[in-house]
Amino acid sequence: MSQKKTMSQKETMKRVLRYIKKYRLVVALSLLLAAVTVALTLYIPILTGDAVDLIVGKGRVDMPGVFQIMMKIAVVMVITAAAQWVMNTCNNYITYHVIRDIRSDAFQKLEILPLKYMDTHAYGDVVSRVIADVDTFADGLLMGFTQLFTGVLTIFGTLGFMLVTNVPITLVVVCITPVSFLVARFIAKKTYSMFKEQSETRGEQTSLVEEIVGNQKVVKCFSREKQVREQFGEINGRLEKCSLKAIFFSSITNPATRFVNSLVYAGVGIFGALIAISGGISVGQLSCFLSYANQYTKPFNEISGVVTELQNAFVCAGRILDLIEEEPQVPDAPDAKVLSDASGNVELAHVYFQYVPDKKLIQDFNLCVKPGQRIAIVGPTGCGKTTLINLLMRFYDVNEGSIRVDGTDIRQITRGSLRTSYGMVLQETWLRSGTIADNISMGKPEASREEIVAAAKAAHAHSFIKRLPEGYDTVITEDGGSLSQGQKQLLCIARVMLCLPPMLILDEATSSIDTRTEIKIQNAFAKMMEGRTSFIVAHRLSTIQEADVILVMRDGNIIEQGDHESLLGQGGFYANLYNSQFAV
Amino acid sequence: MRRLLVYLKDYKKESVLAPLFKLLEALFELLVPLVMAGIIDRGIAQEDMGYIAQMGLCLLALGAVGLVSSITAQYFAAKAAVGFATKLRQSLFDHIQSLSFTNLDRAGTSTLITRMTSDINQVQSGVNMVLRLFLRSPIIVFGAMIMAFTIDVKSALVFAVAIPALGVVVFGIMLWTIPLYKKVQAGLDRILGITRENLTGVRVIRAFHQEEREKERFWENNQALAALQMFVGKISAFMNPVTYVIVNGAIILLIYIGAIQVNVGNLTQGEVVAIVNYMSQILVELVKLANLIITLTKALACADRVAAVFDITNEAPESKQRADASFESVKEPAQGQPYLSFEHVSLTYQRAGAETLHDIHFTVNKGETIGIIGGTGSGKSSLVNLIPGFYPVTQGAVRLEGKDIREIPQEELRGRVGMVPQKAVLFKGTIRSNLQWGKPDADEEEMWRALELAQAKEIVEGKPGGLDAAITQNGKNLSGGQRQRLTIARALVRRPEILILDDSASALDYATDAKLRGALRTLRGNTTTFLVSQRASSIRNADKIIVLDDGELAGVGTHKELLEGCTVYQEIYYSQYPNERPGQKGGRA
Repeated sequence: MSQKKTMSQKETMKRVLRYIKKYRLVVALSLLLAAVTVALTLYIPILTGDAVDLIVGKGRVDMPGVFQIMMKIAVVMVITAAAQWVMNTCNNYITYHVIRDIRSDAFQKLEILPLKYMDTHAYGDVVSRVIADVDTFADGLLMGFTQLFTGVLTIFGTLGFMLVTNVPITLVVVCITPVSFLVARFIAKKTYSMFKEQSETRGEQTSLVEEIVGNQKVVKCFSREKQVREQFGEINGRLEKCSLKAIFFSSITNPATRFVNSLVYAGVGIFGALIAISGGISVGQLSCFLSYANQYTKPFNEISGVVTELQNAFVCAGRILDLIEEEPQVPDAPDAKVLSDASGNVELAHVYFQYVPDKKLIQDFNLCVKPGQRIAIVGPTGCGKTTLINLLMRFYDVNEGSIRVDGTDIRQITRGSLRTSYGMVLQETWLRSGTIADNISMGKPEASREEIVAAAKAAHAHSFIKRLPEGYDTVITEDGGSLSQGQKQLLCIARVMLCLPPMLILDEATSSIDTRTEIKIQNAFAKMMEGRTSFIVAHRLSTIQEADVILVMRDGNIIEQGDHESLLGQGGFYANLYNSQFAV
Repeated sequence: MRRLLVYLKDYKKESVLAPLFKLLEALFELLVPLVMAGIIDRGIAQEDMGYIAQMGLCLLALGAVGLVSSITAQYFAAKAAVGFATKLRQSLFDHIQSLSFTNLDRAGTSTLITRMTSDINQVQSGVNMVLRLFLRSPIIVFGAMIMAFTIDVKSALVFAVAIPALGVVVFGIMLWTIPLYKKVQAGLDRILGITRENLTGVRVIRAFHQEEREKERFWENNQALAALQMFVGKISAFMNPVTYVIVNGAIILLIYIGAIQVNVGNLTQGEVVAIVNYMSQILVELVKLANLIITLTKALACADRVAAVFDITNEAPESKQRADASFESVKEPAQGQPYLSFEHVSLTYQRAGAETLHDIHFTVNKGETIGIIGGTGSGKSSLVNLIPGFYPVTQGAVRLEGKDIREIPQEELRGRVGMVPQKAVLFKGTIRSNLQWGKPDADEEEMWRALELAQAKEIVEGKPGGLDAAITQNGKNLSGGQRQRLTIARALVRRPEILILDDSASALDYATDAKLRGALRTLRGNTTTFLVSQRASSIRNADKIIVLDDGELAGVGTHKELLEGCTVYQEIYYSQYPNERPGQKGGRA
């Protein structure tokens, strides 16, 4: 088990290194500066030690010598400080660029992940990965850069200096310090799983926050505040427990290694004193040695601290990298056709589709739509209408069979050109935070204000937009804020009106719009869409009566097909449905 | 930050003990150079091996005691910090639960989420650091100074100059960077917002083939964030070199003064070593501190953002919540008093230009079914949202059984109302857990009855596990129509006195809609139902139909009355039943 964990940790490390590679020049510079800083930092104690040796006792002080050394210290100090600052800046540069790249990759992945991923993963969890996990990773990485390099270099540097000064004492130091490493490693291993648990619990909590705060109004509607609080409290309690464990156990590292330090210090003190008595070293050298003993062990301390921090960071990095390495949708074929100005011939042949393997949904679905036809799809909920749209838009790929537009299999057409050939309005309105104008011009960002207004007028949204405090420049919050559902639908329709696509998909697009406005919008569509193909899903039968072909679907199959009159004549499912609207 | 400190209250013991044990550790650490000075001045000078061994043991003992007190301190610090964050998170969540609709509209979801998660995590690390190190560092710094004073006053004066200078640098950089870190968090908010939008709006974004533009937008904001972080980093990066220069400058001075003093005979060599050691200790401590200052600065910036959420308070309490003893007695409407009445109600949303509802006046009797119809944006949803008091009326009053709803405790009012919102939202869990939203203690029988009424029985029966079938977040594993029926069932479980269906059947086909209305009719008498709909067929049999036009009342009456006297209603009706328009041939009987 633990073997597997360290393996995956290694894997994560490798993947992170790939991101850092891009900045290897900066990394090299940072390393170089770290070496300079460390060497100079280590040189100062030698100078100080030399100075101490010049201050032996009353009347035995070599003032000119001391002065010279003081000057040296001053110069070394200034260079060190400068090198440190540049090094820190380099480290910042690397860290923030790496996490910028990681975030950007994560987001780019979001744009090409199959919809299946979005439909099956909690938003909050994904958000938590892109935001919180990357943040924690950044903290760890920065700490790693600032302290790991200098730490390791300091260790080797001091070791070298110490060896030059006195071999026996150095051996004492070398023998004791590995203990500190072992302790740190032991603790780090133990805490990895604790950090993982903490990270996962945090993800769970973010999911809940996302769900509840995102739907806060429904919560208030049902006065569920109390229960929701309890639910949150439960996760919060668990988070408290596992956070405490992770934080406490990881924080033992520092005192433990510090204890090893004091062992080293005491060892150097005793041995150094003994050797000094026998005249092996001077007092100044011993003072310098003690200072080294401190400097030599401090990095062990820091490294162990960094290691725990890095543990946490790598857990988070693992979560975000998992997202980045998620299987993307099948990329467009290199020779994929760019569909431009489709005539609107759509053909579905022997289409089979299911979301989950053991639940059959659409089976042997066949349909041929001629350019300019208006196809209406009706049927009880769950009959596969929305699925059909998912397939037409290629949000999902068919399991078997094929869908062709203008004679080309849609898998041979670029997704972008296929999708922009359709104008899609869904029942679930989606607006983004931004101005009304931004929302309307989504599909055509370069549209002029006149075009936007014209589209809004065609969608009969102009009159309500005009009355908003700032008209088209009114900023709306995510999800439209206080706009009514119908108004949001009007905006979504205006969005499509602006693009004028060759084909149209309306999935309950006017369900919240009053019938008078709906008729006007339909007329506008009819005028704009002259001779173009459209698919309309609607429950409101008045909406679809005019369709050329009405498909009646049930359980993923077409059970009736024809125009309004002929279907009524058949006296089947459609006729029943139609008559039900007059039922009281 | 200060106002968040109350959440540390329950961890007084830990918050005091953690630094206390740190203090112990620091004190023991401060003794080390003294012991060493002893070894040099006495052990080496007098070649006293026994003394050296003794002092060596003493060093080990100091280390061991340091270890124990340090671990203890870490434990208390972790406990206090985690406990603090847990309390803070809970109370922030509770606070968000208490916000009114108006404030929720204003605050925005994504920033609330970052504040709940990322910001509080930062504050937690901050508190942990403060407890662990911010007391340790000053103790070491000042302790080192005091120790230096005990050795030699003249040399120690260098400390008295260096330490304030260090303080100025550390705090100066902190003050400079706090506002910048706030900006960083705001940048994070934006990135979170875009990420969320791209998850919730994935279909629309892909349909319009806006992936590239979204990537660009994300990149711009991401880049801006990175640039800002770099800038803050550059400033923070000053801390280490500047402190390094100050401390080493001080060491130079110490050597100079030490040299003079030793020359005159006021100091020994060992004492100079000790003083220089103390100064180095300060340096080591400050280097550590510099890295932590960043954590603290971030924590302070985040704490401010969290506190800002607590500052959003509901200006006018949603209900006056008068402790009214006589309340229960008014259960039955007084003679001649209508069950529910709107009295010249007007509503203007905050920060909206125009009035949404204007001078709405009507009454409703108990058990009636009320249809509400009108054009898009005519104020239908706003009107029904006033009944459970989601928004406060700007003028006039809504009365339930003669009592202004603002005087009814909110919990009680909402408990009497069953609301089916337009957006069919379900929560992660099971069908059962979602139904329990309506009534926490509902038994199976009540649930099935509600499902049956809502025409949702076959959905549940078709699911493996029945009532215990899993629902994913936002009910994404159900179709729109299925979700809608379940949200209706959820409202019906509680057998509400007032049932509000806010265009809740839009995703249902006519047959199901008709069946649903038929089922709801069986509730008549006990339940007053408000039906908001676009479909004339849904409301034509209502006892009373309210016709809205652009926020104003265009007519109230039965279908028949309105068809005769209300032009707005006529237009709506005939647009849906063109065959029935007078003068049209072939009208249905």
